[in-house]
Amino acid sequence: MTKTTIAALALAALAGTATAQTKVGMITTLSGGGASLGVDTRDGFMLAIEQSGRDDVDVVIEDDERAPDRAVQIADRMIQSERVDVLTGIVWSNLAMAVVPSATAQGKVYLSTNAAPAQLAGRMCHPNYFAVSYQNDNLHEAAGAWANQAGYSDTFVMAPNYPAGRDGLTGFKRFYEGELAGEIYTDLGQTDYAAEIAEIRASDADSVFFFLPGGMGISFLKQYSDAGVDLPLVGPAFSFDQGILQATGEAALGVRNTSQWSPDLDNPANRDFVAAFEEAHGRLPSLYAAQGYDTANLLLSALDRAEVSDAEAFRAALAEADFDSVRGDFSFASNQHPIQDIYVREVVEEDGVFTNRIVGTALEDRANAYLDACDMQ
Amino acid sequence: MSAALIAEQILNGLQSGMMLFLMAAGLTLVFGVMGLINLAHGSLYMVGAFLAASAAAATGSFLVALAAAMAGAALAGAVVERVVIRRLYDRDHLDQVLATFALILIFSEGTRWVFGSFPLYLDVPDWLSGPVELPGGILYPRYRLALIGAGLAAAAGLGLLVTRTRLGMRIRAGKDDREMIAALGVDIGRLYTLVFALGAGLAGLAGALVGTIRSVQVGMGEPVLILAFVTIVIGGIGSIRGALVGALLVGLTDTLGGILLPRALALVTDPATARTTGAALASMAIYALMAGILVWRPTGLYGARPA
Amino acid sequence: MTAERWLNALVLPALGLVALAAHLGDAPFTVTLATRAAIFALAAVGLNVALGMGGLVSLGHAAFFGLGGYAMGILAWHAQTYQPLQIGPLAIAGTTSMPVVWLVAIAASALAAVPIGLLALRTAGVYFIMITLAFGQMFYFFAISWPAYGGEDGLSIYVRNGFPGLNTLVPIQFFGLVFGLLCGACALAAFLRRSPFGLALNAARQSPERVRAAGIEPDRLRLAAFVVSAAITGLAGALFADLNRFVSPAMFSWQLSGEIMVFVILGGVGRLMGPVLGAALFVAMEHVLGGISPYWHVFLGLVLLAVVLFARGGIAALLTGRAHG
Repeated sequence: MTKTTIAALALAALAGTATAQTKVGMITTLSGGGASLGVDTRDGFMLAIEQSGRDDVDVVIEDDERAPDRAVQIADRMIQSERVDVLTGIVWSNLAMAVVPSATAQGKVYLSTNAAPAQLAGRMCHPNYFAVSYQNDNLHEAAGAWANQAGYSDTFVMAPNYPAGRDGLTGFKRFYEGELAGEIYTDLGQTDYAAEIAEIRASDADSVFFFLPGGMGISFLKQYSDAGVDLPLVGPAFSFDQGILQATGEAALGVRNTSQWSPDLDNPANRDFVAAFEEAHGRLPSLYAAQGYDTANLLLSALDRAEVSDAEAFRAALAEADFDSVRGDFSFASNQHPIQDIYVREVVEEDGVFTNRIVGTALEDRANAYLDACDMQ
Repeated sequence: MSAALIAEQILNGLQSGMMLFLMAAGLTLVFGVMGLINLAHGSLYMVGAFLAASAAAATGSFLVALAAAMAGAALAGAVVERVVIRRLYDRDHLDQVLATFALILIFSEGTRWVFGSFPLYLDVPDWLSGPVELPGGILYPRYRLALIGAGLAAAAGLGLLVTRTRLGMRIRAGKDDREMIAALGVDIGRLYTLVFALGAGLAGLAGALVGTIRSVQVGMGEPVLILAFVTIVIGGIGSIRGALVGALLVGLTDTLGGILLPRALALVTDPATARTTGAALASMAIYALMAGILVWRPTGLYGARPA
Repeated sequence: MTAERWLNALVLPALGLVALAAHLGDAPFTVTLATRAAIFALAAVGLNVALGMGGLVSLGHAAFFGLGGYAMGILAWHAQTYQPLQIGPLAIAGTTSMPVVWLVAIAASALAAVPIGLLALRTAGVYFIMITLAFGQMFYFFAISWPAYGGEDGLSIYVRNGFPGLNTLVPIQFFGLVFGLLCGACALAAFLRRSPFGLALNAARQSPERVRAAGIEPDRLRLAAFVVSAAITGLAGALFADLNRFVSPAMFSWQLSGEIMVFVILGGVGRLMGPVLGAALFVAMEHVLGGISPYWHVFLGLVLLAVVLFARGGIAALLTGRAHG
């Protein structure tokens, strides 16, 4: 063997270590009552990573138990001892508020697969923070716009009494032009809505907007349909997600809900995604799975264009959003939250499975209300 | 607010109180007879709901689902009593708290292991669905009326069981004097297993009945557990009658508080503040009620007075 | 020296050595874990004053833990946003100085503990457990639905509060502070146990009549123990908030009250070093089991169950080979 080949081999070996691994830390909820959301986020994200066939992306996954202090602890560990480059996966806004500001301040990139609270879109926006899902208000705004299109003029509105709930009603009112027949704040985690349903029945509302994510939505929908109130319901996708529709059953049939994604959205990337996810997991993907999948593809597209170590270039590559989103057209607004269409879906039953079908578009190319509050232009 | 709306809200309060009673009865019985604090009571409620959902999915029958929930939870209760709980009777409350806290962890994640992470489907059967019209023009869900009926039936049944049967006599005796009843030749171990299984069965039944109109998911037991504790503490621990009164008080306070407090506050402040502050105060109302009652009567409404 | 004394002498140095070794071995996260353990230990040392010495089984100590946390969060938030805190005509500037935050946290928790203690001490036994739980829940629901300081979202504090002469963002330096406070609290607990107050409290736990006959009102002793206990736990809450640079209503949750109690029981009720052992073991188990299986809570539950059933008196009793007298 000549000296030059040895040098070449050594160089190749060096190069091998130099192009090495991008480390991604995923913090999401994998135990307890909210686990279904985190499981879908993870499965969607990992599907995209596996499909890419790349072996230079390491994903470390940890369960946050939906507890803010646990999420902070995991983030500290991922940053301090596993030395990840990118963090992602948090489902809940309160956990995101605990983790994201300090992670981005330490120079890590955070890609949000779901939670996108108003503060992080506005005053506290950061060049290292990208929301791939939406801005939290978007689906509520779309519901308000849809209520106008549907001709509702006297809507009863309801949400839990916590920041995301209050933001939800604000988002709805931002676009809704009619009167409010009533406004109620429920307890967070409330399971019985008999009292609220009685109020709705006693009001002269022509429709009901409600934001009750997860189990709260299941409880409300079952009880509402059993109470024999026949006012039309409208709400954001969180109560009509694929993961919980089977548990809600017929009670949700026909209800209109707003979402930036739907399993029947007609584009090649989405058709491939839905088929591949069903094949891999034996169930239809949820909104959270779609958001996880898009987030991973965005990350991979940026890795094709820049090294993570070159922060400036990597951020620019992310901001390009040069990937095939399952939502179709997708780009980032100046505060690094999506500009996208938001649809109205209807809950239907197909072959014994409850799912959503698109029936209209509520908002086109919607960015968010916080562009001016963010000083990142 | 119309009179009909107020009447309907009172019915709602009664209904949530009756379901709370099913939970509280088992808890208070177990504490009264064996002196055991059981934090895992909420887990048995969850087990009941999951078993009911599985049985309903398999057989399509609501009554089979209820039976499965009750029997399954009672069986789970009996097993837990034999394996773990009986080692705790002569321990102090601290050990009981730690051991049953550990049981919650095991039950919750064990259930997710077996049934998966997604909520399960369980719905009102056709013959109980839809509203009925009550006198005064109130439209009220048939199922909720059935829940009130089921709660009353359970209360009456328990009352008869404790006052009129041989088992009830032993339960009352076991409460007052353990050595005495053991000396009379009653197998106290078996009695305890039976009482614990009975409480577990009631919790499982409550889980199935309530799970039908709520979401059947992991973690559903803990909020109910706390409410049930509040209930039995208000009523006086060990007293079935206290559990009933406490359950109705908690149910009514919780339901009416959420409706009336925001309205009351709207009289003195602007509507937006009234809505959020009212909701905040309403969520604290039952705990304030409990603290108030304990300050007034340190052993609850019907609790035994300390010597 | 007896086994108990060996234990008392060795536990704290061991915790300090773990952190120091981790620091030298460039494993900053292990230092963070040790800090977490030390903070939980401090909270548990606080609860142990009420629980072990006073026999007061409080399932509401998260109220004080949370109050301490919010004392830190609110003060730092006002400092960070340059908005003074208005209380009536009084305008208080926020602060990011740890010693000030600590004092406020201690004072706030102690002040809250007086009315809570007065009301709760009217009851006994299970009723006491439940009334303290009720107070904890009231704080929890209030914090969630009160919009001023973030509600359920909580408050993020971007920079850890400062301590004169130290860079608190360096894990080992922050650990040093926490560790020093923990040692101080343990010394205070040891002093209290031997003081006339501690002896009277112990006597009141075992036979209230005799203490009353000696002319001391047992409930006064208990109230004093409850307030001291709350103050220590409140201090731990402020440190926990600084560790995470974040406060949220989860600090008020009943699960947290339960966990603090678990630390004490796991380590050994009434033992000087019980709470420290319990907290350290719990944090270690959380860390190790969390990596094994997504269903790791099942295993955590099994371990806790085994400790209650087969290691009466907790780890301290297991190590020293005898149950607490």
